[in-house]
Amino acid sequence: MIKKEASMEAQKELLAGYFARLGRAREEKRPVVYTFVPGNLTELMAAFDVAPVYPEVNALQSAMRQRSTGFIREAERAGHSEDVCSYVKCDLGMLMKGNVGPTGDAIPPPDLLLLSFTGCFTFMKWFELLREQYQCEVAMLHVPYVGDGVVTDAMRAYVVEQLQREVIPKLEKVSGKRLDLDRLRESLARSRRAEEDLAWVFRSARRRPSPIDAYFGGVYYIGPIFTSFRGSEDACRYYAMLRAEVEERLAAGLGPTTPDGSLDDQRFRLVIEGPPNWTSFRDFWKIFSDEGAVAVASTYTQVGGTYERGFRHDPARPLESLADYCLSCYTNLPLPQRSRMLADMVTEYEADGFVIHSVKSCNSFSAGQLHMLREVERMTGIPGGFIESDLVDARYYGHANIKNRIESYLQMLAARRGGLAATAGATPAEVRP
Amino acid sequence: MTTIDTIVHDLEARFDDVALGHVRTWKQAGPNRLAIGCLPVFAPREVLWAANALPVFVRGAGDRIETIRGDAYYQSYICHLPRSMLELGLLGHLDALDGMIFPNTCDVIRNLSGVWQSTFPQHVVRFIDPPQTAEPASAAAYLRHELTTLFRDLCARSGVAPTAARLHAAIADLAAAHAGARDLANARREQPWNLPIDEVYLLRRAADSMPPPAWTELARAYIAAASARGRKPEDRIRVCLVGAFCEQPPRALLRAAERAGCYIVDDDLTVGVEPNGPDPTVGDDGDPMAAIVDAWLHATRPSAVRYDQHGQAGRELVERVKVNRADGVLFAAPSFCDPALLDQPRLTRVLDQHAVPYTAFKYSENTGQFQAIREQAGTFADSVKLWGTA
Ligand code: SF4
Ligand code: SF4
Repeated sequence: MIKKEASMEAQKELLAGYFARLGRAREEKRPVVYTFVPGNLTELMAAFDVAPVYPEVNALQSAMRQRSTGFIREAERAGHSEDVCSYVKCDLGMLMKGNVGPTGDAIPPPDLLLLSFTGCFTFMKWFELLREQYQCEVAMLHVPYVGDGVVTDAMRAYVVEQLQREVIPKLEKVSGKRLDLDRLRESLARSRRAEEDLAWVFRSARRRPSPIDAYFGGVYYIGPIFTSFRGSEDACRYYAMLRAEVEERLAAGLGPTTPDGSLDDQRFRLVIEGPPNWTSFRDFWKIFSDEGAVAVASTYTQVGGTYERGFRHDPARPLESLADYCLSCYTNLPLPQRSRMLADMVTEYEADGFVIHSVKSCNSFSAGQLHMLREVERMTGIPGGFIESDLVDARYYGHANIKNRIESYLQMLAARRGGLAATAGATPAEVRP
Repeated sequence: MTTIDTIVHDLEARFDDVALGHVRTWKQAGPNRLAIGCLPVFAPREVLWAANALPVFVRGAGDRIETIRGDAYYQSYICHLPRSMLELGLLGHLDALDGMIFPNTCDVIRNLSGVWQSTFPQHVVRFIDPPQTAEPASAAAYLRHELTTLFRDLCARSGVAPTAARLHAAIADLAAAHAGARDLANARREQPWNLPIDEVYLLRRAADSMPPPAWTELARAYIAAASARGRKPEDRIRVCLVGAFCEQPPRALLRAAERAGCYIVDDDLTVGVEPNGPDPTVGDDGDPMAAIVDAWLHATRPSAVRYDQHGQAGRELVERVKVNRADGVLFAAPSFCDPALLDQPRLTRVLDQHAVPYTAFKYSENTGQFQAIREQAGTFADSVKLWGTA
């Protein structure tokens, strides 16, 4: 078991409270809204007192409880291809099995599908499938892809207009409430406070030893702010607590908690790109921590908001700020910008190397990652490592293979550090597919 | 050679011209000419043509070149199209193009736009995310802004004035080509034995990179010559081919499916060059850009890469089967193609409700083995003939 810190316990309680509230939504007459993590409109939803559901979170929680592969098989038996995104299949399989959520509570059906497909085209197909099942109200927010790397006024205006003409009226309809702009502003101000603390936590990894693991630990840190807690007092408290914990470790010169205890002897500082594997999360993490490798930065933790890179919600411009948030999520950015971000992280966090974890399911992340690998190598002069598995489909997680590749990669980094690069046994090419 | 033989021979030569020599020739034949590559499936062809830029659909390389370097860019679980696109680029086969337009078809094409930006800096790369929203006013304003910017930028590059008159003329040229495409579809529907899929496909692929007026003329000549063949219908079933809208199946696969006992009377192979709804109609305000925007927003042809706003895709497919008097549906999707594959279960459920038989297979553009697909299509055709169901 991973040793629990107070903030982890607090997060566990938040999550349990969330699922319990969700279970009561029907009796409390709170409309249920299904939506996605990247580009979510949590503060706006909260302004209408609706209960949000994030199917991706259910999928990853199911995977961590070893239930996802069964759900995926169920969806495949119903005709879904083995080639497509496993998050979608996990969710549909769960639905076919009675929509009982990861904590054992039944997930109520949606009153509204709030479709914003920031950074991923598959989201749209996913909600088309859900709508077929539920036949409920749908609000569609099309967030344009920032293909040329610049958020234009036209893009922002387009998103804001859709919020005004499509999303807010639908939320008003299902909730029976009018939008209270002041309430939205207050919520955004709280988001900003929590975002400051989270960004501080991520930036603490610049120190040696790093007091955090910005990938394996990072996925816990982003939990509340990427989902239904952003904009709440609960989130502010959680991030203040997390920051205090990290401050303590920093003062004591301690590393982060890992599956094997505190990682104080940090032999490798890595930047990691791509989502984690959830079905063998602990084993996956252990491959790194066993070797004394700590993640000092990661791109996955930018997928629901680029806070570490500086994005903050702005209560003075509520709708524009929500639009900017949606537009600037990591996977909504073009590959050159994503490569640049990765390279900047390697430099700013003085990383020894970077690892790309490519997942079979996710074209949004994976298509182009081999090109990114070369680009970041070119920009930083540091060789990268490349491993492959899947998010929630255990059939694609090969522990021995990944362990082997990571160990070879780290040996190569060690040899390189020792000035032995020319004679080292492993070369970057050997740790790639 | 007969007229039809000459036409087909020329079409084959054009199809095999992967290095786009014919595009180069067109550019050299007049002043201020550009050629802009477009990926499936959305391409603002009227806007490009008005800017004196030949729209050139690039749908991968198929099995016409061997993909070697392109494979180093993509993992095994990603479709084949981006690999062969890169191979074409790295071999210099796309040098005749001045730029590329990447529409938001899926995350693979989306990310390919970024790979392209850094790999081919000589190309103008433009990403277009056509509105998917149900909210038409903001969608129209946004798309108009994107297309107007594109029009101005391309005109500045080609050296022509970005006038409404040029847009009017382009709309008329494309409307004539669309009329030719509709006639071709009708002729094939009525007499597929005279217009085999293999030839029709070549003709439609020619539309990918021909000046629209020249293609319209060629299409008319082909329809007339092919219809005059006087072949007798064979005992085959009529099918709609669904899902192969982006990465293209090899021509041999299409031939194999027909020879196994099917007439492919409808498909979405070359979406983007065919009309996807009514042509742009310039209103009383005389605003051609508004007409182009409106035509896209109200396109009627369903597609896996457009939001199915009313949940009608299944019923629309049943309607398509009816209109084409098809006996069944062949789902043919590129391996690892999320948009096509995620649509299939939804569509098959509706086909089941309407007792429309179907079968499904996957392919990649460079598949060399057709035996299994031939057998599958053959068994499907036999069972439909025997039992009226698969
Ligand atoms: S493709 Fe990727 S981002 Fe999209 S739903 Fe699947 S896992 Fe999520
Ligand atoms: S074949 Fe499918 S997945 Fe591949 S680029 Fe085309 S639409 Fe995208």
